[in-house]
Amino acid sequence: MATPAELGPKRTALYAAHKAAGARMTEFGGWEMPIEYSGITQEHLAVRTRAGLFDVSHMGEITVRGPKALALLQSVTCNDVARLSDHQAQYTALMYPQGSAVDDCVIHRLGENDYFICVNAANTDKDYEWISSHNSMGAELENVSSRYSQLALQGPRALAILSKVTGFDLSTLRTYWFSPARCCAVDGLVARTGYTGEDGFEFYFSPEHSEHVWNALLEAGREEGLQPAGLGARNTLRLEAGYALYGHELDENTTLLEASLGWICKLDKGDFIGRDVLLKQRAEGVRKKLVGFEMAEPGIARDGYPVWTNGGKAGQVTSGSPAPFLKKNIGLAYVPPAAAQPGQEITIEIRQRKVRARQVALPFYKRPK
Amino acid sequence: MYPEEFQYTKDHEWIQVDEDAATIGITDHAQKELGDIVYVELPKAGDSVTAAETFGTVESVKAVSEIYSPVSGKVTAVNNKLQEHPELLNSDPHAAAWLIRVQMSDPDEVDKLMSSEEYEAYVREAGAL
Repeated sequence: MATPAELGPKRTALYAAHKAAGARMTEFGGWEMPIEYSGITQEHLAVRTRAGLFDVSHMGEITVRGPKALALLQSVTCNDVARLSDHQAQYTALMYPQGSAVDDCVIHRLGENDYFICVNAANTDKDYEWISSHNSMGAELENVSSRYSQLALQGPRALAILSKVTGFDLSTLRTYWFSPARCCAVDGLVARTGYTGEDGFEFYFSPEHSEHVWNALLEAGREEGLQPAGLGARNTLRLEAGYALYGHELDENTTLLEASLGWICKLDKGDFIGRDVLLKQRAEGVRKKLVGFEMAEPGIARDGYPVWTNGGKAGQVTSGSPAPFLKKNIGLAYVPPAAAQPGQEITIEIRQRKVRARQVALPFYKRPK
Repeated sequence: MYPEEFQYTKDHEWIQVDEDAATIGITDHAQKELGDIVYVELPKAGDSVTAAETFGTVESVKAVSEIYSPVSGKVTAVNNKLQEHPELLNSDPHAAAWLIRVQMSDPDEVDKLMSSEEYEAYVREAGAL
């Protein structure tokens, strides 16, 4: 599935299919991936109103097994792994001692001694090395990324489309639960997870079936208006939903509390890497706070643009873009805690011009019930 | 495909000249490369532009692209349809989505630019790379 490192970026098993579908490709996290097919706006709106199909096979998978698996996972992550039942998944972060994230990820429990973690493509090797170097407990670790293709089917019609080709009653799968399932006649794991803010599913399966499953899903969804969607739309969708992207809202210099991810930090679960820093920040306060904003004047805030508050230069936009569904220009940024307040104005420096923006509560978009 | 009465720059702008007045826009190739255009930033009438220097930006969802002036002079008109309808740049880049009109200070500057034939060859070669 992967091309040798010396030859440049890696390609998923669907590279040829993407090119055949007219995708514009880009390099992301060491992988050559489709940015868009028919256009970011169109694909974004398809996911919000019907459904979109994403090749996310570049993501990594790491298995953690054996009687020491739980102890290892509890030690290296901030969320409480012990709360998981069989076939339940959990959004969490691998932690640095300074209370920041090595990566954000989703842990899936197959059994008491059997877990797999879905991690960001750009961080797969880093995550594996980090967990290994903290595995004094002796759990069985494996980087199994090359053994999986992963497709994400997201949108209000995702359940209807996937149900047509899955030998399992998907309506019984709650959000953040998963099940072994046979989908398009291929065995794999179907999880009711996603990164778009819509209902949806992620299917993990062996890469040799990639083109077959991709084509079969597009065919099954044709009448419902299912479209292939690329990383461009994946980014605008997660931004509207207020989800963090590692390397933007999360990095080694930002604690989970600063990133508004206190809700996945179970400080009472027992000790874990970075816990003491989080306890201290909870008592004494954070150094900065993540806020959402929308532009109050014409202009588009982009990643890296300087942010100004009443107190002066505050930081940078961590993610900024037009929001195709909300039809506004939105963004995320870190500001001093005293300046963080929905309704308060900030200014964004757009190519030497200071343009007014207004803080808003997150998420920008919440799907209708 | 590329109007014969226009001339073209390596940065994918077109210019239509009428004595010392010029109309400037971006080419069909440029709009295809950009994808859905969502925002345009242009100078005001009365502003100066300088050959080979940026006079504005065209933005897609994903990217900001600077626009370079083929010639020097003074802006006499700005296409204000583009504020409300930036998508015109995708649908009609060579006509309805002209960007600015300029009174040229040095009309000889257009001699350096490409003809439609030369531009077509240039774009074809760029695609083959």
